[in-house]
Amino acid sequence: MHPLLISAYTASSCIGRGLEPLREAMIAGRSGLKPCDFETVALQTWIGEVEGTDDERLPVALARFDCRNNRLAQLGLLQDGFADAVRAAMSRYGADRVGLFLGTSTSGILETELAYRRRAPDTGALPADFNYAGTHNTFSLADFVQHWFGLKGPAVVVSSACSSSAKVFASAARMIASGLIDAALVGGVDSLCLTTLYGFNSLELTSSQACRPFDRARDGISIGEGAAFALVERTGDPLPPDAILLLGYGESSDAYHMSSPHPEGRGARQAMEAALARAGLTARDIDYINLHGTATPSNDAAEGKAVTGLFGDATPCSSTKGATGHTLGAAGGIEAVIAALAIRDGFIPAGAGTTDPEAGLDYVLASRHQTVRRVLSNSFGFGGTNCSLILGCPS
Amino acid sequence: MTNPPAAWIRSIGLIGPGMSDWPACAAILLGKAEWQPEKTVLNAPDQLPPAERRRAVRVVKLALGIGLQATTAAGVDPSGFATVFSSSGGDGVNCHQICETLASDDRQISPTRFHNSVHNAAAGYWGIATGATAASAVLCAYDASFGAGLLEALVQVQVEREPCLLLAYDADYPEPLRAARPIPDAFGVALLLTPEREAESCGRIAASLTDAPADTLPDSALDALRCTIPAARSLPLLAAIAGRRTGRMVLDYLDHARLAVDYAA
Repeated sequence: MHPLLISAYTASSCIGRGLEPLREAMIAGRSGLKPCDFETVALQTWIGEVEGTDDERLPVALARFDCRNNRLAQLGLLQDGFADAVRAAMSRYGADRVGLFLGTSTSGILETELAYRRRAPDTGALPADFNYAGTHNTFSLADFVQHWFGLKGPAVVVSSACSSSAKVFASAARMIASGLIDAALVGGVDSLCLTTLYGFNSLELTSSQACRPFDRARDGISIGEGAAFALVERTGDPLPPDAILLLGYGESSDAYHMSSPHPEGRGARQAMEAALARAGLTARDIDYINLHGTATPSNDAAEGKAVTGLFGDATPCSSTKGATGHTLGAAGGIEAVIAALAIRDGFIPAGAGTTDPEAGLDYVLASRHQTVRRVLSNSFGFGGTNCSLILGCPS
Repeated sequence: MTNPPAAWIRSIGLIGPGMSDWPACAAILLGKAEWQPEKTVLNAPDQLPPAERRRAVRVVKLALGIGLQATTAAGVDPSGFATVFSSSGGDGVNCHQICETLASDDRQISPTRFHNSVHNAAAGYWGIATGATAASAVLCAYDASFGAGLLEALVQVQVEREPCLLLAYDADYPEPLRAARPIPDAFGVALLLTPEREAESCGRIAASLTDAPADTLPDSALDALRCTIPAARSLPLLAAIAGRRTGRMVLDYLDHARLAVDYAA
């Protein structure tokens, strides 16, 4: 594919707001996880909570969208001058020529979970102030962001569980290639809710401590929340030497099981191979792999097999979910931003939380300062949905 | 200016109230059969393994039903296609049961309900049923979900030069969510789209954004179906295909834009 310019990007998670705390944490190996104290949840697990999310006030005209997920979206948009970069793109290309592609898994379903506690005792009706379209519905996130900016182009939410905000880059790249749009606002936002905390607990996939991706003693995920955004556009000429580019994407389906990965990592390997092929690269060209690395025994085993099969044991890799938690539909976006930072500032992120990694990979425990030209980032999800992205600098 | 994304329609699958398949729907749209809007009948397809058949929720049965109708009508192996799944919501019954459990004294939800709650449940079951390992885009755009899915599928065909199976489908919520989201019944449509004309193609479509108002259907009952189920926003296009009527249709899409779909029979 023709490379696309990632002209602006930002991410907020339990690590902090915006790029600087994320960069610092990736280098220091700092984690933002803590024991779960979310809402009334009584589970022995750890979470990654974005401090101050519920203090965020939406514009009065957009009150119908008020929910934790959209508060987190706004919090994220306000970091690193990102909103200004979007507005500049809108004036450069026209508001109808900027597409919107956002990922989320649970959107604002927390509002519905809370509303179900306030049903009318006689009729069972939900309270009158409950707004399904503005909060619960999966599209609410993109609907809110579209109205927040006044975007007039195509808008959609990609909701394929934990691959969602990686796959938005693929959809956006295709639509730019089609000529329908000139630029795209992509990203992902997912926020803590009871459905995912109790749901992953029901599958015995949550750890009772901070998650330890690819550790031999790993025993499950830590659920996090986060917001990540990027502005993607056609490359200009000449390219600035410090440009961050989307070089390739690869997508596949496991066709195996709803909640377990293919044991040999078949779909994971297929997605990575497709991303390399689309970028015109080989495995040797990749300087760092940001693993999906959720820290469940089966996910990491399958991904490890796929990575070893394709890359051998020499490519540095780590999962950053020990720092951010697994932010589900926001994970692909946050990890694309981490990839951009690694290229921009020349470092390989530490795999926080892990002390005794599985053999057979160059699993990076402490960050390394070195030139990073190309990063492959993996995002895999329930239902066997896989997406790999390759980011890089101009060659 | 580049050409708007376009594709040839190879085959269609459809399930809706009083419409068991595409030929039945086409006959109704052409006025050759009277529409009896009986409740949509959904069955889990035989292609699913027994455990998944038992676990399949309504949107899964609906999506797999329309997808397999389309690939069967074309006489092709369903495992060979990239897919676009677009739906305005997940499975309403499953969602209601999770929310009810989470609001109760015992919040332990069932693992099956949880994995059925993801928006890409139907895409996951499709892979398991057919063995399809190609890319699958899973979208939501509330009432604009058909338009969003159609755009993504046409763009994929245009850019990747490979066939793509679009599946747009919605099912109803039970109370109390039904009052907040009053989708009356289940409706889904699948379009198998190809980059080149094939012998049995039923026309070519190209789509672009427009400010023009959306077309309505002359039959008020059918137009009510169009307005109340997002996937049924496709009906003006389906009516043109049924009648092999070349021309421009305007389909409902987002608040700020509609889709102009040019159909050449």
